[in-house]
Order: sequence, then C-alpha cells, then structure tokens
Amino acid sequence: MTAIQSPRSGKIAPQYKRSGGSKGNFEMLAWLFMRLSGVVLVVLIFGHLFVNLLVGEGIHAIDFGFVAGKWADPFWQFWDLAMLWLAMLHGTNGVRTIINDYAEKDATRFWLKVVLYAASAVIVILGTLVIFTFNPCPVVDGVQLPGGFCPAP
Amino acid sequence: MWSWVGHRITGVVIFFFLLVHVLDTSLVRVSPEAYTAVIGAYKNPLMALGETGLVAAIIFHAFNGLRVIAVDFWKKGAKYQRQMLWVVLALWLVTFAGFAIRHLSLALGGH
Repeated sequence: MTAIQSPRSGKIAPQYKRSGGSKGNFEMLAWLFMRLSGVVLVVLIFGHLFVNLLVGEGIHAIDFGFVAGKWADPFWQFWDLAMLWLAMLHGTNGVRTIINDYAEKDATRFWLKVVLYAASAVIVILGTLVIFTFNPCPVVDGVQLPGGFCPAP
Repeated sequence: MWSWVGHRITGVVIFFFLLVHVLDTSLVRVSPEAYTAVIGAYKNPLMALGETGLVAAIIFHAFNGLRVIAVDFWKKGAKYQRQMLWVVLALWLVTFAGFAIRHLSLALGGH
C-alpha cells in the first residue's frame, strides 16, 4: 500500500494560496457578517415595517410627533440604531461585491469604492447623531409641542 | 441563477432607498415642519405604489437571503435549494399580498 499524501495538508506553495496574505481572512468575515446581519435585519426591518405602516392608521400616522414618540423610548432608539448600522454595513458590503464583480478597470473599481465608502460613512454618522442628539420635545415659538411623552413645561 | 440576479437587483434598490430614507428621517433634527413636509411626499398615491414595490423587493431579499443561509449552513441545503426557492416565492406572495392590501387601502383609501 502506498500512502497518498493529502494535497491540502502541510504548507501550500505561495503561488497557490487563495488569500492575499496581508488581507488575512477579511473576505471570510465579510461573508459571515452578511449571513449573521441578514438574519437580524429580517427581524428588525419586518418589525419596522409592521409598526410604522400596518398598525393603526399606517402611513397617515407618520409625522414629527410619531418619530418623536418612538425616539423618546430607548427601546426604539436602540432598534433604529441597530437597524441603521447593520443595514448600512450589509448594504455597503453588498454593493462592494457588485462593484468588484462588474467594474473591470482597477481605477474604476477603486473610485467607485471610494464614493461608496464616503457615502456610507456620511449616512451612518449622520443617522447615529440624529438618533442621539434628537430632542423629542422641542419648544417652537415658545410653545411646547404636544406629546404625551414630554414633561409638562 | 435568476434568484441570484433578483437578489442583487433588489439589494441595490433597497440600498439606495436606505440612503434616501436616512436623509429624509434626519430632517426631524432640522425642524418638525421640515420633516412633516418631506414625509408628506411619501403619502401621495404614486409614492404608495413605489413603497409597495420597495416592500416587494425587501420581502424577496429577506426570504431569499434566509434560503442562501440555509444552502450554506444546512447539511441538506444544497440538495433542497430548488424546493426552497418555491417556498420563498410562496412566502413572498402571501406576505406581499397581505402587506399590499393593508398598505394600499390605508394609503389610497383617503383619510
């Protein structure tokens, strides 16, 4: 009997390595992130659509007071923050994959991704700041806007 | 193959809507009037159709994404991928019909 060595055992000659070395296992982590965030996003987004569009008067109920009422509650602040970050990272990575697949020129790929990452960073930072610096009980022209969640003036 | 194409197209559509949706929601930080004015644009009948189309894309992307996860992580996932696509399409039809009836009757039904 001759023992046949498993081709994948031991060291792999550098020219056959699938990862670029310096990249580490970023692509595998990105792949895993898409699946983990995807499951969470199904719950977060279906919940978001149900509560905002299907309950009560649906879309007619949405105005400043509706958003203020939700974000007066840390539960919805956290819900929306998780949705913002997970959806933006999930979407940005998805579009990154599509750019890598279809933009053939190195320079085109590079610049499309620069635009993508810049846009995503702006949206994530803006959204995060809005959720946490938002005042659900503004005083307009000296009048406290009505809202059951606001302290009496 | 077509489910893969559909997954990409719906993904891109949802991503671009997400960018706009964060921007419009950010107007709550500007002023109550600014937000209410812009959100009013979402309440006209044409936009109601757009929202319904967007949710159709979201529901497909959600269920097909769960199917992709099942193909990748479930031992028999690859074997049953075709049957799971039919399950995805059936769930899509039921969920979308439920959403469309409720949302369109609210949005178009007058107020």
